[in-house]
Amino acid sequence: MRFSGLRVLREGLTGNKGWKAHWRDPAPKPEYDIVIIGGGGHGLATAYYLAREHGLRNIAVLEKGYLGGGNIGRNTTIVRANYGLPGNSEFYSHSLKLWEGLEQDLNFNVMHSQRGVINLFHSDGQRDAYARRGNAMLNQGDDAILLDRGGVRKMLPYLDFDNGRFPVRGGLYHPRGGTARHDAVAWGYARGADMRGVDLIQNCEVTGIEVKNGAVTGVQTSRGAIRAKKVGIVVAGRSSQVAAMAGMRLPIESHVLQAFVTEGLKPVIDTVVTFGMGHFYISQSDKGGLVFGGDIDMYASYAARGNLPAVEHVMEAGMALMPMIGKARVLRSWGGIMDMSPDGSPIIDKTGIEGLYLNCGWCYGGFKAVPGSGHCFAHLMATGRPHEAAAGFRLDRFRTGFGIMDEEGTGAQHNLH
Amino acid sequence: MRITCPLCGDRDRREFYYKGAAVALDRPEPDAGAEAWDEYVFLRDNPAGETRDLWYHADGCGAWLEVRRDTVTHAVLEARLAAEAAR
Repeated sequence: MRFSGLRVLREGLTGNKGWKAHWRDPAPKPEYDIVIIGGGGHGLATAYYLAREHGLRNIAVLEKGYLGGGNIGRNTTIVRANYGLPGNSEFYSHSLKLWEGLEQDLNFNVMHSQRGVINLFHSDGQRDAYARRGNAMLNQGDDAILLDRGGVRKMLPYLDFDNGRFPVRGGLYHPRGGTARHDAVAWGYARGADMRGVDLIQNCEVTGIEVKNGAVTGVQTSRGAIRAKKVGIVVAGRSSQVAAMAGMRLPIESHVLQAFVTEGLKPVIDTVVTFGMGHFYISQSDKGGLVFGGDIDMYASYAARGNLPAVEHVMEAGMALMPMIGKARVLRSWGGIMDMSPDGSPIIDKTGIEGLYLNCGWCYGGFKAVPGSGHCFAHLMATGRPHEAAAGFRLDRFRTGFGIMDEEGTGAQHNLH
Repeated sequence: MRITCPLCGDRDRREFYYKGAAVALDRPEPDAGAEAWDEYVFLRDNPAGETRDLWYHADGCGAWLEVRRDTVTHAVLEARLAAEAAR
């Protein structure tokens, strides 16, 4: 079933009776060439690119809940490629390019909107840091414009420019950044994978990983045993538990990150804005709600909800930056479970077990990475070699100390990112 | 979340700095080898359920605490001085 303007028109005139389910609901087969554990954004994208780029068909995605029910449906939807370190820089650049062709590629409207991202700075030191970052982005072939105070004022007149503690000095503008409809990304990849023969199996919890003579042979699930030649773990938030089924301990701590949305308002914020003093970022969804968030709560958690101190910090930061939002009423808040790695960068790699692959550690930045992560993980699983854009995301970089990617420069230790 | 400091009593989470898993109490010997140090610095059990972690009563008495806590419910089960836990 292809989407097109003509199709929408025809369905509209005939009572919308022609739409069908976008993917099948198959029962698991006893054996697959490749099993992907985790039917979130990254897992679905991996299955899609395995089928599309590598021509593989005998693939299952196993999801313990429903497709896209985890962090892909719980984030603040920001898409950007404004990283500064080698390793990260080329990966997010690769991912953004995939975003830019994604809707045509999937024939699915993910509402990708390149409305721009502006990172504000508030001091000379911060300006220098953003100038450096902007140059790194330009060197990567992406876009960055250093705005002075007047330039920011033209775009964001509603900011509290003369805030006594945090005056706005300017910002780093990344025009190709923006937002996307998060659920639609999962749905689009699910549909694309299903169309190419991938079995998307929901309510199927993996309870064990079978390993014989150092090689993976399959998984145990709540719906029976499934044999597989290759298995990919893509379960951010629960990576430690699933990896433990294969006897692995990971350099991961799970933390909670909260997000918030207000009641729907008329269009007021037409870009993504981040505060440079205090962790706060905001955009406005196409429904009109202001979507915003801040830092993780800073303690290990699987609760998928947070505590009041982090809520207060986010609200205070928002009010310090743009007092006008004090009039908006918060409709909902929620928490997601973040795979926090020691250096703040992810892992896409083989494991010590033949045929078992790992994709985890996305910290609080997994959404924008979905296309790149799926594309690079599929490449690794299909060819056995890392994709050049994700070659730095090695699992052993912590043990060896080689290739640490500490974007924030705070040190490669848990609880510092 | 509230934590009962053994010295100060029941206090708000805001008073505490979170350090992370209580592995710091099991520091390997300097010559224990790269694998032991990798385990200590980077690898984590990261349990969904009961865990032990270290909190510092920064805005209170300054004591380091070992806290037994449930990561799924946020229930704080027990807090004792890290100095006692390490004995």
